[in-house]
Amino acid sequence: MSRRHRPDRGSRVGRTARWFDDRLGVARTGRTLLDKIFPNHWSFLLGEIALYSFVVLLATGVYLTFFFDASAAPVTYDGSYAPLQGVQVSAAYNSVLDLSFDVRAGLMMRQVHHWAALLFLAAIVMHICRVFFTGAFRRPREINWVVGCTLLVLALGNGFAGYSLLDDQLSGTGIRIADSVILSIPVAGTWISSLLFGGPFPGTEIIPRLFIIHVLLLPVAIIALLGVHLGILVRHKHTHFRGDGATEDNVVGERVWPTYAAKAGGVFFLTAALLCLLGGLFQINPVWLFGPFEPENVSSASQPDWYIGWLEGSLRLMPPWELSLGDYLIPNPFFPGVLLPGVTFLLLYAWPWIEAHFTKDHEPHHVLDRPRDRPVRTALGVATLTFYVILFAAGATDVLAVTFGVSVNRIVWTFRTLALVAPVAAALVARKVCLELQRRDGPPEPLPDEAEPVADEPAAVPS
Amino acid sequence: MSAPTRRRPAVSAAASVAVLTVLGLALWQPAQAQSPDPTAATSTTAAPTGPDDLVAIGRQLFDTGCVSCHGEGGVGTADGPTLVGVGEAAADFMLRTGRMPLAEPQGQSPSKPPAYTDQEIQALVAYVGSLGPGPAIPQVDVAAGDLVEGGELFRANCAACHGAAAVGGALSYGDYAPSLHSVAEVQIAEAVRVGPGQMPVFDEDVFTDDELNSLVAYVRYLQDPADPGGFSLGRVGPVAEGYVIWVVGASAVVVFIRWITRRRADG
Ligand code: HEC
Ligand code: HEC
Repeated sequence: MSRRHRPDRGSRVGRTARWFDDRLGVARTGRTLLDKIFPNHWSFLLGEIALYSFVVLLATGVYLTFFFDASAAPVTYDGSYAPLQGVQVSAAYNSVLDLSFDVRAGLMMRQVHHWAALLFLAAIVMHICRVFFTGAFRRPREINWVVGCTLLVLALGNGFAGYSLLDDQLSGTGIRIADSVILSIPVAGTWISSLLFGGPFPGTEIIPRLFIIHVLLLPVAIIALLGVHLGILVRHKHTHFRGDGATEDNVVGERVWPTYAAKAGGVFFLTAALLCLLGGLFQINPVWLFGPFEPENVSSASQPDWYIGWLEGSLRLMPPWELSLGDYLIPNPFFPGVLLPGVTFLLLYAWPWIEAHFTKDHEPHHVLDRPRDRPVRTALGVATLTFYVILFAAGATDVLAVTFGVSVNRIVWTFRTLALVAPVAAALVARKVCLELQRRDGPPEPLPDEAEPVADEPAAVPS
Repeated sequence: MSAPTRRRPAVSAAASVAVLTVLGLALWQPAQAQSPDPTAATSTTAAPTGPDDLVAIGRQLFDTGCVSCHGEGGVGTADGPTLVGVGEAAADFMLRTGRMPLAEPQGQSPSKPPAYTDQEIQALVAYVGSLGPGPAIPQVDVAAGDLVEGGELFRANCAACHGAAAVGGALSYGDYAPSLHSVAEVQIAEAVRVGPGQMPVFDEDVFTDDELNSLVAYVRYLQDPADPGGFSLGRVGPVAEGYVIWVVGASAVVVFIRWITRRRADG
């Protein structure tokens, strides 16, 4: 390449850069990356919030591993939390108490880690919503959609594993529920359960296993897939909204260096600051009050973290039905605990193909839809979100009952009705709003024929 | 911390009137105790003279405030159970937590500010106690209690209904185990021994008096626990945390990214 960028020979920085470039040839790749164009729309940064939360998770998580002891071995607690002194607890719970009361900055790290996990999942969900409602999953980005869905599944799994590690009453209750859901899987259930627990629930194996899953297997899988996710993103180049000269063949926005990098760095620091603020100001998961896990105890108001809350809700709303096929029984938890999430993720994964099948649109797209211009998709998305928000709320029927002084039974029936009716109503309203907005601002503005100056070359799109 | 007064759903107009009446009563009673009202003065001066006088005063109060539901001599009616043999502990608990006199005869009786003065309660308790043998008011010595033992007993026996942090929990059909965050020591012990409403009775065979002291000590501890880590979000668990991450966290990041991608006015 004749136009290869040569760093200035004279300065020390230039010489160092040159030394690396001669050996690694980084200048060209670096320049391509630094010149990459990012569209300047806020919604493109939602995925980055997830990324930055993940960075905070890694940083705080590493600190926690220095002190956490992933073992179910019984020990006598003798730390500084008086109400538990002398109680027989697991080494895992013991080390969490130490982290909370006796390790410098331990509680802060725990709390920031937990808030970061909640934000990580929240940001992923918001990011998926953005991609869904703007049609960014359409050809050629179907593979990245699948990668993204897998990242969501891994993040959910890792959140649950982390929540379950502490061996307090709440996490033990969560594992017990997970076990009963696993046991309800026809044929394979008992096998999977005893494989996972290394025997009957709870046993002593589950904590060390969850630990490896939580700190090694899933994080490595997440990092690897994140690499793929971002690699594909760079290869495809960004999508963008109409306007400012955006076409199907260019990307309109700002170069990574210096503008976009500064913005992204700012978002990183703001995210980290927010998480530290939450971790410093709002107590999260006070395990010392819940006490060590005792299989025969249970506390009222036991809930999972929000991202698992919809599953808890579906278990609670499911009427007590079972299915018997001949003399074989499919137990109740199978339907809300296995079938529902199964169907959920199947539909989520398959969505790009489902939509293309119905719209018969198999063309590549780089210009995004405004949600209002796709009323059917938008309505379906809003209905789905409504359904899961209701399930999430239903995961806390007991808390709602006590907080608002209403009967649990009444709340359950209300939510059952809402779960069926509200999504339909929400879809109709969403569709109406889309059509109304369309009417108000007329048809979408046509794409310009020529690319504007601030444009990048299109990616070679395999056809 | 939210410690709302819990009421049944869809409180009818009539019930509201009843509740207001009770509240009015509650507000009016202390004033009456201080006023030079002749009846109040008699009960105050008469109270210390002896157990029999106490019982007599108690019977008078009972015949005006309780007889409509609990019947002549406390034998019970369709609107209230018999009080023969419930013991002083039950009466003291019901009156000091304001549960009696009951406002509406359906559903669970919520705890309220007590409707009677201290002397009046003593008199009523003595009267109910005189109806038949039953559990006496427990002697509580929190200092003799063992916090650690209390914690283990609480998590094993009480957390299932009241929650590990004693914030209260729902039972079926509109019943609830109330928050224990503002109950006095003796009433905690009485509740354990008496088992009000849906709550099971834990008598001396279940918990010794020492264990009871420990339990009370732990409930008292939960009312104001060593609570590092910032605002406690009502201690209702991960649900509240979920709402915080969406309402505070997610909104904050959206504000950040909207701000950082904002276009300058000059375009
Ligand atoms: C409106 C009807 C009503 C009135 C008035 C009323 N009670 Fe009750 N009382 C009840 C009902 C119903 C119960 C059982 C429900 C419960 O335990 O919450 C009860 C329960 C009790 C108990 C507990 C009984 C047990 O088995 O442990 C005591 C003690 C008691 N009342 C005392 C009194 C006293 C003293 C008064 C007068 C100051 C009074 N009540 C006024 C209806 C009433
Ligand atoms: C089966 C569920 C259940 C269990 C277990 C239980 N309680 Fe209760 N508790 C209740 C209910 C329901 C009430 C309210 C009774 C009413 O007002 O009718 C209550 C009331 C109380 C009160 C009175 C609260 C107030 O606001 O005045 C105290 C104190 C109390 N319980 C302590 C305990 C302790 C300590 C334990 C463990 C030894 C315990 N409870 C176990 C259900 C339970």
